[in-house]
Amino acid sequence: MEKIKILGATALLTTVLTGTAIAQVGKPFIHDPSTIMECDGKYYTFGTGGGGLISEDGWTWNGGAERPGRGAAPDAIKIGDRYLVVYGSTGGGLGGGHDGIINTMWNKTLDPKSPDFKFSDPIVVASSENMEDCDAIDPGLLLDPTDGRLWCSYGTYFGFIRIVELDPKTGKRVEGNKAIDIAIDCEATDLMYQDGWYYLLGTHGTCCDGANSTYNIVVGRSKKVTGPYIDNMGRDMIKGGGKMVIAAGGRVTGPGHFGRFVVENGVEKMSCHFEADLDQGGRSVLGIRPLLWKNGWPVAGDNFKEGTYEIESERRGYALELIVDFVRMPNLRHRFGQADDEPIKPVPSQELADVIDTWPKGDIGVRIGDYMFRPHQKWTITAVPEAGGYLGGPYFKIVIAGTERALAATADAEVIAVPQFTGAPEQLWRIDQLTDGTYRIMPKVVPNSKEKLVLVSSGDSTPTLAKFDMSSDNSKWNFKAH
Amino acid sequence: MKINQKSLFLAAGFVVLFGLGLQAQPDAPGRQMDYETKGDTTRSIAAYFTPVSSKKVTPDSEGFIRRWLLLEPISKPNRGNTVFTDSYLRQAFDTLYFANQFTILPKDGEKVKVGEQELAWHALDSKNFNTKLFRFAYGLRKPHYGVIFWAVTVVNCPQEMKNVRMAVGSNSASMWWMNGKEALLLSGDRRMVMDDCVSNRLTLNKGKNIIRGAIINGPGMSDFCVRFLDETGAPIKDLTITCE
Repeated sequence: MEKIKILGATALLTTVLTGTAIAQVGKPFIHDPSTIMECDGKYYTFGTGGGGLISEDGWTWNGGAERPGRGAAPDAIKIGDRYLVVYGSTGGGLGGGHDGIINTMWNKTLDPKSPDFKFSDPIVVASSENMEDCDAIDPGLLLDPTDGRLWCSYGTYFGFIRIVELDPKTGKRVEGNKAIDIAIDCEATDLMYQDGWYYLLGTHGTCCDGANSTYNIVVGRSKKVTGPYIDNMGRDMIKGGGKMVIAAGGRVTGPGHFGRFVVENGVEKMSCHFEADLDQGGRSVLGIRPLLWKNGWPVAGDNFKEGTYEIESERRGYALELIVDFVRMPNLRHRFGQADDEPIKPVPSQELADVIDTWPKGDIGVRIGDYMFRPHQKWTITAVPEAGGYLGGPYFKIVIAGTERALAATADAEVIAVPQFTGAPEQLWRIDQLTDGTYRIMPKVVPNSKEKLVLVSSGDSTPTLAKFDMSSDNSKWNFKAH
Repeated sequence: MKINQKSLFLAAGFVVLFGLGLQAQPDAPGRQMDYETKGDTTRSIAAYFTPVSSKKVTPDSEGFIRRWLLLEPISKPNRGNTVFTDSYLRQAFDTLYFANQFTILPKDGEKVKVGEQELAWHALDSKNFNTKLFRFAYGLRKPHYGVIFWAVTVVNCPQEMKNVRMAVGSNSASMWWMNGKEALLLSGDRRMVMDDCVSNRLTLNKGKNIIRGAIINGPGMSDFCVRFLDETGAPIKDLTITCE
């Protein structure tokens, strides 16, 4: 009985510490979202069946994007000053044939309210007929950064995933180009390039079954865009190979239809849909996750989870803390030579109440020091729903655990802890997981400045605000839940 | 139960509506161009299989067994593949569909009676590493969705081989036996991935070893691939494959 109580308390504590992963907010309901495009300060994604979502900040999404042609699983890419949208239209399905058509069309803007908003007539770039080994739907686009050539993968479980080359100036199929089979066992594929490798992302598993959908996204890579795409075990994706990028987790199932969004060097996001978000009635929703690179393979990171953490610098491994007197714990050292037959008693941790009266009442400076799990080193991080967000996350407040003492940016680009969180923008923090798995911590604003600065280590023991540099551990932090 | 059936129906309806997912795969010889595969619309098995003409063959360069006796599909209607739980499959595969189902080593052209169906065995060599059951059924103008396929082959071993493993990928679910003993069950709405499921350690006898498989599929493509792996995980190719 006692054991059950302890387990229950542990579970509660764990929940308090780690919080829950938060999905996109608004009405982010979509299936097969195209790669997210940024256009005139707004974000856009299109889905199966026509239409799509718009977001002002990348966190709150609602309907309103417009795409003609209906059909399935579109993708989008910006080439020059125009957007190329590709989608599949089909009369096929379980009981039908497999006549599919891949169409492309251009638009100068994705904003339906813009006077320039007008899609060009669709151009057919690939097709499938009858019962051939392909469904020409579910296209994905890649503009090869090495040579500017444009590629389109497409297909479903019915036969092969194929790749064709398009003309990046016209969106038409390159004359004489022949489709090449590059994979099986996939739907809703996409392509990307990184450090000399081409990556083919495919959706595997069971689609369209809500909470029971086993959809997941797998990847293989190749030195040539036309394949072969090989997984981490040396298996060709044309024999079913694929390494997991993202599967179900938390309260969402069935991630599918990968899209990559590079915010800047070291900060990447991946979009997908989740077949069912159990917290949103089991509806299919837009998902945005950090995209990490581990040993040359892409893998989805986790959206930041609310909780109480040590904020550890990647530079030295020291922890962000208030500049307050270090309050020693009672010296309970066991004397050498002392008999070891005394009963062992746990020593309580130092608590906030033990030390808070020793702290100044006003602003307190912040430094970085040896982590000793003391109250001045424990930060509780929670989302501030009314503060909006950024691509993939809400703004957070960062306060000393058990208090409202909040981390804040100052006008001279330093950091302090103010006695009370007020919701001021310099007290709101953007937290992005970086491509190497560490985190970037960035104030929403630096007072009297338009510069985008992040929390950095200027010395082992000194934090400040400075420009983000992915090549330096000064710009990186870890959140440790002890 | 009603809820499950309804959700499956709705799921199927969604797929039909948007022309989304069908079931898995296939593979053609090498990487083909779309102008070549337009020929797939011809209703024949010739693009995927050849009749067995030689006494024996060896596994291919990756160890895949390409020679199989395939029974024309047994009707087993299923609207979707998500019903293929372990217990469903054990019941489906324990059901006796035809005489000597678990012991028969049929001859090419031999027929069996399954209810009102009279089904023939076909001794075939696959042109691909995998055996494309959808193309087998479709090419023979047989039912290709909502079916069970039976497959039999004979693996001849030059000497006893201990601690080998049978590696199987199948679309959709399947069960496999070696020398009359269950070796593998691949459950769920499954797509064919090479080396997806691997048996516990087995012993290949010197001489004949009979491999038997049953593959069930609702809608979409269906196929399987089988090879044996040694203790290091390397494919075993020092075998001959026959239909007798």
